[in-house]
Amino acid sequence: MTSLETRLRLRRDRGRKLLMPYLTGGVTPDWTDHLRALADAGADAIEVGIPFSDPTLDGVTIQEASDVALCRGATTAGILADLSRSRIDVPVVVSTYANLALRRGADRFCRALADAGVQGLIVPDLPLEEAGSTGAAARAANVDLALLASPATPARRLRDIAERSRGFVYAVSLMGTTGERNQLAASAAGLARRLRGVTDRPVFLGFGISTPAQAAAAARDADGVIVGAALMRRLLDGADPASTAGFVRSLRAALDGVPARTAADAGG
Amino acid sequence: MEALALRDPTAAPVAGRFGRHGGRFVPEPLIPACEEVEVAFAEAWADAGFRADLAWLLSRYAGRPTPLTPALRLSTELGVTVLLKREDLAHTGSHKINNVLGQALLARRMGKRRLLAETGAGMHGVATATAGALLGLPVTVFMGERDVERQAHNVFRMRLLGAQVVPVRSGSRTLKDATSEAMRHWVSVTEEAYYCVGSVIGPHPYPWMVRQLQAVIGQEARHQCAEQLPAGTPEHVVACVGGGSNAAGAFAGFVDTSARLVGVEAAGGAGAARGEIGVLHGFQSLFLQDEQGQIREARSAAAGLDYPGVGPEHAHLRDLGRAEYVTATDEEALAAAVRLARAEGIVPAIESAHALAWVIRAAGTTELPTGSSVLVTLSGRGDKDIATLMTYLGDGEAE
Ligand SMILES: Cc1ncc(COP(=O)(O)O)c(C=O)c1O
Repeated sequence: MTSLETRLRLRRDRGRKLLMPYLTGGVTPDWTDHLRALADAGADAIEVGIPFSDPTLDGVTIQEASDVALCRGATTAGILADLSRSRIDVPVVVSTYANLALRRGADRFCRALADAGVQGLIVPDLPLEEAGSTGAAARAANVDLALLASPATPARRLRDIAERSRGFVYAVSLMGTTGERNQLAASAAGLARRLRGVTDRPVFLGFGISTPAQAAAAARDADGVIVGAALMRRLLDGADPASTAGFVRSLRAALDGVPARTAADAGG
Repeated sequence: MEALALRDPTAAPVAGRFGRHGGRFVPEPLIPACEEVEVAFAEAWADAGFRADLAWLLSRYAGRPTPLTPALRLSTELGVTVLLKREDLAHTGSHKINNVLGQALLARRMGKRRLLAETGAGMHGVATATAGALLGLPVTVFMGERDVERQAHNVFRMRLLGAQVVPVRSGSRTLKDATSEAMRHWVSVTEEAYYCVGSVIGPHPYPWMVRQLQAVIGQEARHQCAEQLPAGTPEHVVACVGGGSNAAGAFAGFVDTSARLVGVEAAGGAGAARGEIGVLHGFQSLFLQDEQGQIREARSAAAGLDYPGVGPEHAHLRDLGRAEYVTATDEEALAAAVRLARAEGIVPAIESAHALAWVIRAAGTTELPTGSSVLVTLSGRGDKDIATLMTYLGDGEAE
C-alpha cells in the first residue's frame, strides 16, 4: 500500500490544499457513517481519536466527546474493528495518548493499527525524546508516526522534529489546547513558514481552526489543516452524517480557493 | 540503569529517569517550559545564594527545623518506639510549604509573574497561596469540585490569602483532574506563569526537584534520630503516599541506611501497591488503570491521597525492593487520627493518619516487632478534616 506520506505529498504536489477532519472513534453508534461522509466530502485523510480518560491536551469539546465515547464502551480494539470494516479509501490517522499506545506495548499497538488499515499515528504526549521506541514500532508496521511542533519550539529542535516525523508534521497553531477559537492564532502562519523552511514533508496546521475562512487563512502558509473541535461540537449537538459532511464540504471549498504554493515557494 | 536513587541521592537523574520510570511525556508545546525549569533549578540549586535564601525562609518564616516528637503514650500502648516528624507544625500546617518556598523562589528568579498549582486536600494550594502572598506573585489554584466541597476550610484559606481557586468539573473531580486542568492551562501561559507542582509527580525535572526540596524532612529527622535513639537510626521509616512527596523527603534521609522504608497509600488510591506501568501527567510510573489503559478513579477520605498514580522515584524504589508500599483503609485512617488525638494531643491530617494506621496495625507483628523503632512523618495537621472527623465520630461521641 502507498504510504500516508506518499499519498499526501502526491496530492500536495498537484497543488491541492489538504484537509484532515478529526473524529472521535465510537462517539456515536453511527460514527463510521460520519467517517464515510467525511471521506466523500473531500477529506484527504481523517484523524480518528481513540478516546482516553485523561486527555490533557484537549479542550472541553474533545474532552466531552471522549467521555461520551468511553461511556458508550469505546475501546481500542472496538474502534479498530470498526475501521477495518468501514473500508474507506481515504487514509486514516489514529491519534491517542501515550498510555493507550503503550498499554500492550508499542509493537502490538502499531501492528493492530496496520491490520486495521490505519496508515498514520499521532501521540501528543510522546515528544521527540520519548518517541524513539514507538517510532521504531510504527516504522516496522508501516505506520507513519507524525510528530508535533509548536510555536515555542526552537529552531534546532524544529529541524529534528521535521526530520524524525513521518507522514506529515503536525504544526500546533497556538500555545493552548484543542478547541474552537474566534480567530486563527497569530502564531500559526509563522510556525508553518518556519517548518516549510526546514522540511519538504507536508505541514498541517491544527488546533483552533474552526471556520472555512480560518482554514483558508491557515492554508496560505501550510499544506493542510486539521479541524477537530468545530466538527465534534456539531456532532455532539446532534448533527447527522449529511450535516457533518456539509461542514467538511464548506471547508473543502474554502481550501480550493487558496492559491497553491508555487515551485519557488516549495520547501523554502 | 541501576539504582540511581541509591548511588547518589542528590544527583539529577539522567533524562529524568528513575529506572524505567519518570521521563518527560508532555506535548511539544510544554517542552521548552520544562527545559527552562530544569536549567533554572539546576543553576539555582548549585548557587549558594539561592540555597541561603531558601534556608532563611525555611527557618525564619516556615518554622524549620520541625521537632521530632516521641509519641510516648502511643509507644507504650503499641510496644514500639514511635517518633513523629512534625510537619504539621511547619507554617501552613503541612510539609507542602518546603517544596513551595523553593519553587516560588525559583519562579521569581526566573522572572515569572504568577504561580499556578493543582491541589487535592488544599494544603499545597494554601502553601502556594502563602508563598505567592509573601513574594508578591498572583496565584491560581486548580481544585477538583469534589475537593472544593470536602475541603471548604482550605478553599477559604486560599481565597483569604488572595489566590484564585478554579473548581474543576471534569472526570472524578479530584486531584487527578485538577492536575490535568493545571497542565491544560499551563500550556497557554508558559511565558509568564510558573507551574508549581505539589508532589513528586509530573514531567522531569519536577519529581527530582520536589524530592530535593522535601529532602529537608529526612535530613533533619536523621540528625534528630541520631540524638534521640540509642541506635542512632530508626529501624522503620514510614510515611503516607499520595504523589509521594513527604515520603520521598523522609526516605531521602535514610535511603543509604539499613532502615526499612514503608510508604502507606490509601486503599482506594494505591498506585504503587496496585498500579500498573503507564503514562499520565507527563511521567511514566505505576497507575491504577483498567484492561484498556483508561485511568481508574481513586477514592479516598483523604483528598491528598486520592490520586491513581505515584511519583516515579517510588515506582523505582519498589522495583528495586528498596521501599515497600502498603495500604490503609479510610476506616483505619480515621480511627488512627482519633487515637493520636487522644493519646498525644495531636490531630493529624487524614493523609498522615494513613501512616499511623499502618504502624498501629503492624505493631507487635513480624512487620513491626515489639521493641523496634519507627519514624513516622506526620505530614500535616487535621484542621482541614474537622468536618470529616465530626461525621465519623458522630456528634454524641465527640463530647
Ligand atoms: C497533609 C498531607 N499529607 C500528604 C499529602 C500527600 O502528598 P504527598 O504524597 O506528595 O506527600 C497531602 C496532599 O495534599 C497532604 O495535604
